Formats: sequence, C-alpha cells, structure tokens
Amino acid sequence: MEDSWQRIAAVEPQQTLPDGDVIIPFACWIDNQEQLSQHNGKIAVCLNGDDNLEDLSNTLHLFELIALEFPDFRDGRSYSHAQLLRDQFNFSGELRAVGDVLRDQLFFMQRCGIDSFQVREDKDPEDALKGLSDFTVKYQTAADGAPPVYKYR
Amino acid sequence: MYRYDQYDQQIVDERVAQFRDQTRRFLAGELSEDEFRPLRLMNGLYLQRHAPMLRVAIPYGLLSAAQLRMLAHIAGKYDKGYGHFSTRQNIQFNWPKLETVPDILADLASVEMHAIQTSGNCIRNITSDHFAGVAADELEDPRPYCEIIRQWSTFHPEFSFLPRKFKIAVSGADNDRAAVQVHDIGIYLVKGEKDEIGFKILVGGGLGRTPFIGVCIREFLEKQHLLSYLEAILRVYNRLGRRDNMYKARIKILVNAVGAERFAEMVEKEWRRIKDSALLLDQKEIERVKGYFIEPDYAGDAGADASFAGRLEAQKDFAAWVKRNVKEHKAVGYRSVYVSLKHPASPPGDATDEQMSFIADLAERYSHSEIRVTHDQNLVLPHVKQADLYPLWAALKEKRLATPNIGLLTDMICCPGLDFCNLANAGSIDISKQINERFTELDYLHDIGDFQIKMSGCMNACGHHHVGHIGILGVDKKGEEFYQLTLGGSAGSHARLGDRLGPAIPKPDVAETIDKILQVYLDEREGDEQFLETYLRVGMVPFKARVYAPEPGAGREVEVLAGH
Ligand code: SF4
Repeated sequence: MEDSWQRIAAVEPQQTLPDGDVIIPFACWIDNQEQLSQHNGKIAVCLNGDDNLEDLSNTLHLFELIALEFPDFRDGRSYSHAQLLRDQFNFSGELRAVGDVLRDQLFFMQRCGIDSFQVREDKDPEDALKGLSDFTVKYQTAADGAPPVYKYR
Repeated sequence: MYRYDQYDQQIVDERVAQFRDQTRRFLAGELSEDEFRPLRLMNGLYLQRHAPMLRVAIPYGLLSAAQLRMLAHIAGKYDKGYGHFSTRQNIQFNWPKLETVPDILADLASVEMHAIQTSGNCIRNITSDHFAGVAADELEDPRPYCEIIRQWSTFHPEFSFLPRKFKIAVSGADNDRAAVQVHDIGIYLVKGEKDEIGFKILVGGGLGRTPFIGVCIREFLEKQHLLSYLEAILRVYNRLGRRDNMYKARIKILVNAVGAERFAEMVEKEWRRIKDSALLLDQKEIERVKGYFIEPDYAGDAGADASFAGRLEAQKDFAAWVKRNVKEHKAVGYRSVYVSLKHPASPPGDATDEQMSFIADLAERYSHSEIRVTHDQNLVLPHVKQADLYPLWAALKEKRLATPNIGLLTDMICCPGLDFCNLANAGSIDISKQINERFTELDYLHDIGDFQIKMSGCMNACGHHHVGHIGILGVDKKGEEFYQLTLGGSAGSHARLGDRLGPAIPKPDVAETIDKILQVYLDEREGDEQFLETYLRVGMVPFKARVYAPEPGAGREVEVLAGH
C-alpha cells in the first residue's frame, strides 16, 4: 500500500530532513523538538525497545502515527509498547510495525493494537498479510479489544 | 480431567494448519533457518545432535488412557519405539523427521494434545503436583488454575517473544511436589485472613547457570486477580528483562538486579492499573473449569477389602513395592501408585511404546483411565483400589515397571545428556548406568531411605542438579568428561541449592564417590535422620574429607596435581 510517510532510520547531527511526512527516531525528536517544529510536513516518531514510553506520554496528541520498531523479530518489547499505547495512553492514531516485520508475527502484532505493517523489504507483503488470519479463537484479552474466549462459553 | 470444547479444539487445529504451512515454506526455502527456528521451537521442535527432537506438552502432567495410547502410537510410528518423560511433565521424542512433524501434531490434536510453547522464549507448559486432586495434604486442587493459566498463556500476543523461556508452576499442597520455588513464577494456593483461599506469588526462581530460589512478592492474591497479576509480572519482565545476553535474560536476573522489593513495586503499580479490566477472572469461569476436575466415582466399599492386608503379609516383594511405590489417597480404600520409569536397565524417564500402551490399558482397568506424569520422571496411576494393588503390581512387574525404588537413590532425575542433546558436556545416561550397576542391593537402598540424585549434562541444568540431595553436573575438561558434585540441595517446600563438594570427579569414579558420601552419612546419622537432615547438621567438612582423602601411597601425586 502506498502512503506519504518516509522513514528516516537515523538522523545525523546537522542533517536536514527532506520535506514531506517523515518518521524519525524518538530520541532524535526529544533532542530537537524546537527545530523540528519548522519542518515542512508531518512528523511521526519511531520507538524502539530501549526508549522510555513514559517520556512520550505527554506529547502523544502531537502524533497521528507512531512507529514501533522490531530490530529483530525476536525482540518482543514493542508488543508491550503497542499494548500500553492503546490500553494505558489511549492512543488512537496509527501504530505501525517497522523493521523485521514478518508474516508469522503479524497476528500477534495486530492483537497488541498495531494496525499497519511495513513488511521487511525482501518479503512479499501480500503473502505476509495471510498471517493475520492464522487464528480465529483468542484465549485472552488484548489491545484489539477481543474478550477472552471464555466469555462466549 | 479437562475436555476441549469447540474453541479449544479449533485453536489446536488451526495451529496444526499453521505449522504445516510454516514447515512447507521452510522446506521450499521461503523461510530462512533463522526465521524458522523460533517458529519450530514454539512448537517444541529442536534440531538435535542426531535427529530432530519433538517435545509434546502434557499440561500439568495429566493424561487420559487414550492420550497415552496416542503417545505410544507416535513413538511406534514416527520414532524408534520410545519416548522420554522430562522434568517438566512433558514427553520428548528423539527421532521424528521434520517432514512428519505436522502429521504428528495432527495426531496429537485428535486426542486434545499439542506441542504449543513447549520450547522457545515464551510461557511454557504449566506444571503442578502429580498428586493434585488426590493428595491428603491438599488445600485445594491446583489444576483448574493451571488450566486457566494454560489458556491465558496460549498464543499470548504480547508475551510470545520474551527475553527468555518462562516457566510457571502451581501447587495446592503443604508438601511441595512441583518444585514451585525454582520456577520463574511459583504459585501456592494459601489461606487468607478470612480463611478464604487465594494465591501466594513467588518470582525469580530458576536453575541454570545462576540458580536462585524464588522470592515472594505477594503473600495473598484473590483468585479473580490471577490473570491480571500474571500479566503485570510478564509485562514488567518483557520490557525490562535483558536481551543482550541469553545467560542473563531470565526473570531471576532482573529480579536480582533491581531487588525483589523494587520489582514487586513495579508489578503492583502496573497491576493496580489493570486489575479491574477485562482481565478480571469471572467466578463463573473458575466454576466451569473446576467442573472438569471433579472426583471420579469412588467405590464406597473399597476400604472393606481384606485381601490387601493378607497379600502384604504373605509376599515380601509385593510389600517392598507397596512401601516405596504406593502412596496414601484421600479416598478410603484407594491409593496412588507410582509406575517406576527407573528400571536399572533403561535410561531414567524412558518408556517404550509397548509399555505406554500397556500402562494405558492398566489405567483403564484400575485407575479411572487417568495417568499422571511426575516431574521426577515417573508415571502415576492416581486412583487405584487397594484390592487391585496386587494384580496391578503383578502386571507392572511383567513389563519392568514395578522397580520398588520411588524416592530411593536409583530413582534418579537425569537429562538426556550427550546421547541426545547438542549442548551436553557429558553422558548423564552413562552415569546413571554406572550408579545402577554399583547400587544393586535393595536393602541397602531402603536403609538409606529418601534420597535424590539429580543429574544434568551441562550448566543449563535440565536435570535440576542444584536441588538434588546429591547434584551431578557434567563438565568438560580439555575434552574429557568430569562431574561436579553438589550436596544438600532440595526442591521441596524448604527449597535449597546444593553446596559444591570440591574439584570435579573423573567419570569412572562417580559411583564410588557417591558410595563414600553415603558411608559418611551412615556413620554420622543420628536416629532415623534422613540424608538431608544429617548434611544440614554436620555440614560439608566430613564429606569433603572422605571424598578427597589421598589414597594410601598416592599422596605425592595429589600434591603435584594441586600445584597446577
Ligand atoms: S542440561 Fe544440558 S545436556 Fe542436559 S538436556 Fe539440558 S541442555 Fe542438554
């Protein structure tokens, strides 16, 4: 799917951002908030597992998109970040998974409240989306709002 | 026991389909080895030294006769005719081909079984007391809570990629038979101030390279908060547990690094936020699940039988078996019976397909079709009438399943070691053979009494060596197998890590060293003291002195060695 966002994985000091909508690392945004207010286009932040989610909580309203990084699909911290952004901080904008995003994890990501997926470049995104329907039964509640299945019993 | 409804069945069926497709994609080269590895591990599939190994979940150690018969079928059809029961109440098959694993999973699903989350960095099989529901010393049956936790943890979207594996055990008895205190989360059913029953929660127990006994972070938790509390613990761990070093990634390292008090504060803070959310457990659901664990119809007149007493009188070897392998039961005239998987001629915890089918038949005939797997790698027939003990014994004997050694020295816990495991330094199975060959005198073993040897082939401690009365750890010294001994460990209610005896022992000397340790115990014991009590009273010194005493005439050599 086409969209307007351009992800800048790392921003060097003095580097000027390209015009348009950009996703930049959260740490970079924290350090350069003032300067970034001049940016020509929308800004989104990308959170990784080391970032402190609580630092973001006061400024959430500024963002319509937050990217959550999976540097390696085995690093599961962003699942908790997604869950907390939805459940604790009531973030209702887009949550996008970026990085090592693969078919067999999409089901879990979606359940934690992630609603867009930038699938790893060498993989077929159409194929990856099949992962979303691996399971139809959900034993436990999560940020997707599904009640635990026992409620239906 | 718990029976699947349409939802439970659907989830395991969908899992089979998912794994079949993952295997297909791997074999077609669409998934790399690195991408496939965590997926197959979450289905209990390892690629081992000689062949793949598939670990099948036996939730809290409970099996029906039909399920055990299916395990026998799998062992016969896809494997070399046997399975290995592990210390986490699971079963492992050592020879299945990767291509056949989806079919094995489909066979398992047909009897309400699976291999979900039996490995990988996720919440593993929930373990419990193998006498749950029949033990006389039980406050409440822990199995309904195990099942509730099993369901909550199955494909938990947030906790499927934790820093490391995560093990939970639950016990409802005074006497801890589930090694609760060496689990990532340990749960005891306890009485609160108003006599209501709830949970005591421990975290941070675990063995491996850096063993710890769990610490209590909550003395009493009301039942309806079980899942929210677990979720809070897992969330704190998932966010803060180390991911840079797999040897420091277990929750015990985090708890130790921040301190138990600080860890508890973080958990409580998160818990207060979520405790009244959709995680709140319905009483209705607790009752529904409890409904599956009602007692079988015990015969009211089972206690009237007089034949049992007569048999005990008449037949010594039957009496010896009853003494060790038969345990008290809460119903009058009933007993629980251990099926020993510790016959001297076979590796600890192994059972052949023939034995498994045979035990399934016996369970149908004598034990309301139910079997339990114990964490010390034996099986239990939990509801046997005393009048049936004699024919049951005679039948078990025929298949070498009546070795009267439960709780004795030869009832060893032993990981698969060098024979099957990639990580092993040492052949733990060889050592168990050596020990069996040396200690053949049953009277001697009975005199020594309760005695646990636990053996691991490497520091990962799958054989729980830290909590054995004698722990044996295989170490590699310049390509040679050596064995590091520890004394005084215990996995029970007063869990304790063993103390190092001294320098590691060369392989041929292990059984002899154990003999020396036993001699010290027999010399030192007072009255009917058990080994552990004697050890705690006299300490390490006399044991060390005896084991490392220079052989007559070998003094010089010892000095030379010590100089290295
Ligand atoms: S303790 Fe070591 S050798 Fe034994 S099964 Fe575990 S990893 Fe393998």
